[in-house]
Amino acid sequence: MTVRIALFATCLADTMFPAAARSTVQLLERLGHEVVFPEAQTCCGQMHVNTGYQDQARSLVRRYVRTFEPHDLVVAPSGSCVGSIRHQHAMIAGDPTLAARAEAVASRTYELSELLIDVLKIEDVGAYYPHRVTYHPTCHSLRVLRVGDRPLRLLRQVRGLDLVELPAAEQCCGFGGTFSVKNADTSTAMLADKIQHVLDTGADVCAAGDASCLMHIGGGLSRLRVGVKTVHLAEILASTELEARL
Amino acid sequence: MSTHSPRGVGHLRGDQPFPEAAKVALANPQLRRNLQHATTTIRGKSGRVIAELPDWQELRAAGSALKAYTMGNLPRLLEQLEEKVTAAGGVVHWAADANEANRIVTDLVHQTGETRVIKVKSMATQEIGLNEALEAAGITPVETDLAELIVQLGKDKPSHILVPAIHRNRSEIREIFLREMPGVDPELTDEPTELAAAARRYLRETFLSTKVAVSGANFAIAETGTLAVVESEGNGRMCLTLPDTLITVMGIEKLVPAWTDLEVFLQLLPRASTGERMNPYTSMWTGVTPGDGPQNFHLVLLDNGRTAVLADEVGRSALHCIRCSACLNVCPVYERTGGHAYGSVYPGPIGAVLSPQLTGIKDNPSLPYASSLCGACFDACPVMIDIPSILVHLRNQAPHPRTEKAVMAAAAYTMDRPRLYARAQKAARLSKLLGKRGRGLPPPLHGWAASRDLPEPPPETFRDWWRGR
Repeated sequence: MTVRIALFATCLADTMFPAAARSTVQLLERLGHEVVFPEAQTCCGQMHVNTGYQDQARSLVRRYVRTFEPHDLVVAPSGSCVGSIRHQHAMIAGDPTLAARAEAVASRTYELSELLIDVLKIEDVGAYYPHRVTYHPTCHSLRVLRVGDRPLRLLRQVRGLDLVELPAAEQCCGFGGTFSVKNADTSTAMLADKIQHVLDTGADVCAAGDASCLMHIGGGLSRLRVGVKTVHLAEILASTELEARL
Repeated sequence: MSTHSPRGVGHLRGDQPFPEAAKVALANPQLRRNLQHATTTIRGKSGRVIAELPDWQELRAAGSALKAYTMGNLPRLLEQLEEKVTAAGGVVHWAADANEANRIVTDLVHQTGETRVIKVKSMATQEIGLNEALEAAGITPVETDLAELIVQLGKDKPSHILVPAIHRNRSEIREIFLREMPGVDPELTDEPTELAAAARRYLRETFLSTKVAVSGANFAIAETGTLAVVESEGNGRMCLTLPDTLITVMGIEKLVPAWTDLEVFLQLLPRASTGERMNPYTSMWTGVTPGDGPQNFHLVLLDNGRTAVLADEVGRSALHCIRCSACLNVCPVYERTGGHAYGSVYPGPIGAVLSPQLTGIKDNPSLPYASSLCGACFDACPVMIDIPSILVHLRNQAPHPRTEKAVMAAAAYTMDRPRLYARAQKAARLSKLLGKRGRGLPPPLHGWAASRDLPEPPPETFRDWWRGR
């Protein structure tokens, strides 16, 4: 059955990591679903909320609610943004009507692995990705959304993929949005340990469900010139055998 | 309400903002290894004994509900406690802030004519700086918890709620003992058993020859007027039973309504805290028992900013804290910066939400930002304090730097206008002008680029791609 899904690309993926959003579209279409992209969307407002600017975030909450209210199902390739939508939007909405609307839209907004497993009921998406991959579960997917092992279940079904366990996987990479700027030294110390663990696995790809954490880990890996790539979960799930041969 | 509530004074503020203060520990690889080892060990031990309990989540929920009930009924319960303690022969004193509490305790010690007191490890007395106040009044306080003694002899500050000397290694402890411990054997080595034996010899003499003790309290039971102290070394039991006079300083939030409520907390605390199934020494007393234990008992109830915290609907759950330090042990920030970076006697995630509320946010504006909001603290908290949400709430009250305010306002303005936003996305490609991979970024963004490359802007945004298909 074809399901119509609205994509919330997230501002970061839209601007800096379009492959994560593109792959989400390609994957869902390959699975036979229809994807729409409401162009009035911009940002969920999490950066503003988490930095202490709730007043300014409120207009972005309103925008998110207005933009996605007409849609029955929304997906975002980010545990963190969906976490903010689900746990912060109603809380900071201010007026009770907006809060109720925000809660209703949030209840229909899913992170990619949740959408695939809980809504579309699929674990094997028919992907092919011949690489040694380690997975960083990301804090908000783990502890705000509680996605658990959903991403791993999806990855285990990917042909050619050699999944290696990341030591101390559940520890934060040190990004934390503006934390990485305000507390740059502490953030770097956290990142250094995360990168060491990634390198210890011998993986050539570090994957995650959040472009923000990947930007952080990838920024460190790139500085070290160690050749390990960061790739979004959606990109792996969207890869097919045909594509790998081209 | 908050305008009439006193703000906390005492050891609740640092000299430097957190990011600056953190540099000390970050630059010390030995200290970081010690901290990592210690927190990883406690984490593992605690995790194992928690996993044994099938009803851990229900216990957490019960602990949270009991604390919420207590905070909702605090005035009535405190008066009940006062009545019960008084009826049992104790004397209750009310202290609005640290200065008043210090004055009360100092006067009480003076009245006994003694010039030395033994102390049970207590966060409340560390918070108010009681030791310094007593010393200034000519009274010698002796800490009897081993780690707290190390901190005191080293003229140092505690850096962990449970393991205050976590930042010290054994050779440093040996040096401190040799330098500061009266009557210490000059041949002392840095073997842990020898160090412990040296402390034991010194403390035994002190226990037997001191007539006044000062303690904190882990719990006070309103229903019965009973006070409870939990500890691991037996030093607390000595302090609470041997002297003639016992003075207990307790934050007003340490209350529980009924005797049976301890059942919940005495299961939660040891497993979350030391990773033990049962606490080794649990001492409880109700007022004065003729011919048994201290014959004079004083209870000092301390506000020091707590009433102001209680007035904040979101922030008040920080008062539910039972000082187990589980949040410190799981915090990736604490693990790397240690406790001193937080400035206050309350370090780690709970300190980052408690200290700024006790002092008022203006005195501790950097602490709510000392977290990546990873959420590990919330999961670990035995009374389910939603620390990340309180951090976010406090950030919203914190004073913001002027440049940041302008950038945030501009970003929100742009993001609420999709066309302008799309143009700004294209401008993001100009970030190449900021130097290769962001190395030429201006402050405060240069901190990011010091250790991480900025991503190369993509040739087209997702939006462009979508339109073009």
